[in-house]
Amino acid sequence: MSILVNKDTRLVVQGITGKTGTFHTQQCIEYGTRVVAGVTPGKGGQMWEEKVPVCNTVSGAVKEHGANASVIYVPPAFAADSILEAIEAEIPLVICITEGVPVRDMAEVRRRLEFKDTKTRLIGPNCPGIITPGECKIGIMPGYIHKPGRVGVISRSGTLTYEAVWQLTQSGHGQSTCIGIGGDPINGTSQLDAIRMLNEDPDTDAIIMIGEIGGSAEEEACTYIKENVKKPVAGFIAGASAPKGRTMGHAGAIVSASGAGTAEAKFAAMEDAGVSIARNPSEIADALLRIYKG
Amino acid sequence: MNIHEYQAKHLLQEYGVPVPRGYAATNPLEVETALSNLGDDMIVVKAQIHAGGRGKGTFTDGYKGGVKVVKTLEAAKEAANHMLGNTLVTAQTGPEGRKVQTLYLTEGCDIEHEYYLAIVLDRETAQSVIIASTEGGMDIEEVADKTPEKLIRVPVSPTMGLRSHQCRQVAFALGFKGEQVKQFGRILTGVYKMFWEKNAMLVEINPLVTDKNGNLSALDAKVSFDGNAIFQHPDIEKLRDLNEEDPKEIEASKHDLAYIALDGNIACMVNGAGLAMATMDIIQSFGGSPANFLDVGGGASEEQVTAAFKIILSDPNVKGILVNIFGGIMKCDVIANGIVAAAKNVDMTVPLVVRLEGTNVEAGKKILRESGVALTPADSLAQAAEIIVEQVQSPG
Repeated sequence: MSILVNKDTRLVVQGITGKTGTFHTQQCIEYGTRVVAGVTPGKGGQMWEEKVPVCNTVSGAVKEHGANASVIYVPPAFAADSILEAIEAEIPLVICITEGVPVRDMAEVRRRLEFKDTKTRLIGPNCPGIITPGECKIGIMPGYIHKPGRVGVISRSGTLTYEAVWQLTQSGHGQSTCIGIGGDPINGTSQLDAIRMLNEDPDTDAIIMIGEIGGSAEEEACTYIKENVKKPVAGFIAGASAPKGRTMGHAGAIVSASGAGTAEAKFAAMEDAGVSIARNPSEIADALLRIYKG
Repeated sequence: MNIHEYQAKHLLQEYGVPVPRGYAATNPLEVETALSNLGDDMIVVKAQIHAGGRGKGTFTDGYKGGVKVVKTLEAAKEAANHMLGNTLVTAQTGPEGRKVQTLYLTEGCDIEHEYYLAIVLDRETAQSVIIASTEGGMDIEEVADKTPEKLIRVPVSPTMGLRSHQCRQVAFALGFKGEQVKQFGRILTGVYKMFWEKNAMLVEINPLVTDKNGNLSALDAKVSFDGNAIFQHPDIEKLRDLNEEDPKEIEASKHDLAYIALDGNIACMVNGAGLAMATMDIIQSFGGSPANFLDVGGGASEEQVTAAFKIILSDPNVKGILVNIFGGIMKCDVIANGIVAAAKNVDMTVPLVVRLEGTNVEAGKKILRESGVALTPADSLAQAAEIIVEQVQSPG
C-alpha cells in the first residue's frame, strides 16, 4: 500500500467540463485513474466525453457513483466554495489544483477542516496533485516520469518535484506516493502531515522533502523528523538566492522583511534533524542515495 | 499589493478611524491648494513612496528626511519643493531609491504617546492576529526582539470575527482608561472590518497616537492586500501606483508571466515557481548572480516565450540567459519550437544556454540543434548553470 490514493480510489472531478478539467481528466484516465464522476452545476445528467457521468453536486457524485476522492479544477473565485462542498459531502480526500485562491478564503476553509466532524483531508491548493505510481494519478503531473517503488516525495512545488522524481526514476528508484502540498501560505496538508503519513506507511522506505522559503512548515516537519522518523530523509529548499520581502511566484514563497522563513534557517533545521541535504537542485536524488541504498 | 500612506488613511477614515486632516499633492499647484486648506499652523510634509524608513531617508541631492514637521506655510512649501520629483533613498528602497511623485500634507498633532497597532494574517495558525504595543513609532521587529513582553498578540478567528471583549482586552493591555477604551474599540473594530472586507494581508498603524486631550488618531498607516483577491475589489485595484513598480514586472504581468527583477547578470527563464527559484539558486552556487526570477508557467506559448526574452533583454545588466524547462504535460518539442521562434524574433545579444528535460526531450533537442540559433544546449541543470556562469564570467 501507499498513502492516500491507490488503484481503488474512486475520483470525482469538480470542474470536469472546463478546459483544464477536461484536459487533465483525459490524462488521468489514460494513466489508469478511476474517474467515476464529474461535477459541473447545471450539467447534471450529461456525459463528459461520452465516458464519465456529470453530476450537479458533489454529494450526488458520492451517492450515485461512490466517489471517495475529489480533484478541483474550478477558477480561484469559486475554489474555496468547491472545497467546502466536498467537505460537506464527506469526501475523505480533496485535492485542489487551482492557483490564486484568496488567502482569506483559505483561512475560512482551514477552520472548517478543524471541525470535529470533518472527515476530509485537503491537499493544496496551488499544487500539482498526488500520485501513487502505477496505480492512481490525480492532478497535473506528467505520469511517465514516475515509477512504482518505495520512496515517498513531498513538495511545495510542481516542476521542482518532477525534477526530483525524474532524478530518482533515472537512478532506478521508484516512488511509493508523491504529494504536492502546494505553494500557498495557507493549505490543507502541511509538510509535517505528509511526513507523518509517509513515516507510518509500511510501503515507504525513504522520504524526500522539498521545501521553499517562507513560513515555518519545514522547521515543524524537521522537529517531528528528529523525534520520530527512522527512515532515511533527504531534503532541498528552493529560494536561497531570493531577496527579502518579495513573493517568488508562489504566494507562500516569501522571506519576510524581518528575515523570517529563509532557506538558510530551513537547511539548518534539516541538518539538525539528520536530514541529508541537497544544496543543489540537481542533486536531490543523490542526497537521498548517500544514505539510502534501496 | 501595496498602497500609499495617504490612500491607506483615506480608507481607514472610511471605516471610522480618526486620522489627521490631510491632502495629497502631485505638483506645486496642488501643494499650494493643500497648504491653503491646512492653514498657517504645524504642518507635516510626507513623501509618498512604497517603502518604510522615510523619516530617516536622504534624497539623492543630499536633502535629509522624507518626512518633515514644520511650523509655517513657507517652510512647508520649501520642504515640498525639495521632495517633489526628487529621489529618496531609505533603508528599504535599495541604493537606487524611489522618485517621489506624490506628497501628503497633513495637519500636525501634539503627541502625548505613540502606540503600535496592526492586524496581520498569520499563515501558521491560518487566522488574523492583532498585534499591539505601547512602544509605537519604532520598528516593531525591534520591539519583538528586545522587549517581547511588550508585544500584545490576540488571535481573531476567521469564522467568529472580532468580538468586543477582544477590543477591551487589547485596550486595557495598552493601558487605556474610560472613554479611551471605547474610542480604541471603535478604531480596532474599524481596522478589523477593513482588513477583512478588503482582503488585506496587513494593516499597520504605526504610530497610533494620543494627543494632549487623550484623543486617538492614526498618524501613519501601511496596508497591503492579497493580490489573489484584488479582482473582488475594483476600488482597491484603482489605488495601484505603477510608478512604484519595475516596468519590466508590469510588462511581464501583461503576458501572465511571473517576473521579479534582481540585481545580477544571468537571466533565467523557467517553468514553475519552485524550479525557477531553484534555478536562481544553482546559478548562485556556481558563483554567478541571477538577474531575475521568471516563471513562464505550465503552458508557455510562443508569444509568452518571445515576450519573456524581450523583457529579459531589456535589462542592461543581463550578460547571459539560462533557459530551464522541465517539460511535463507541456512537451519539450513544442517548447523548443517556441524558443527558436522567439530567439529569431528578438535580437539575441548575449549567450544563451538551454536545458530541456522531460516529455519528448530528444525531439526538442533536435529542434534546437537544427534551428541555427546560437545557443548552447545542456543535458543537466548543473551543467547548464556551469556553462552559463563560465560564458558570462569569461566572454569569448
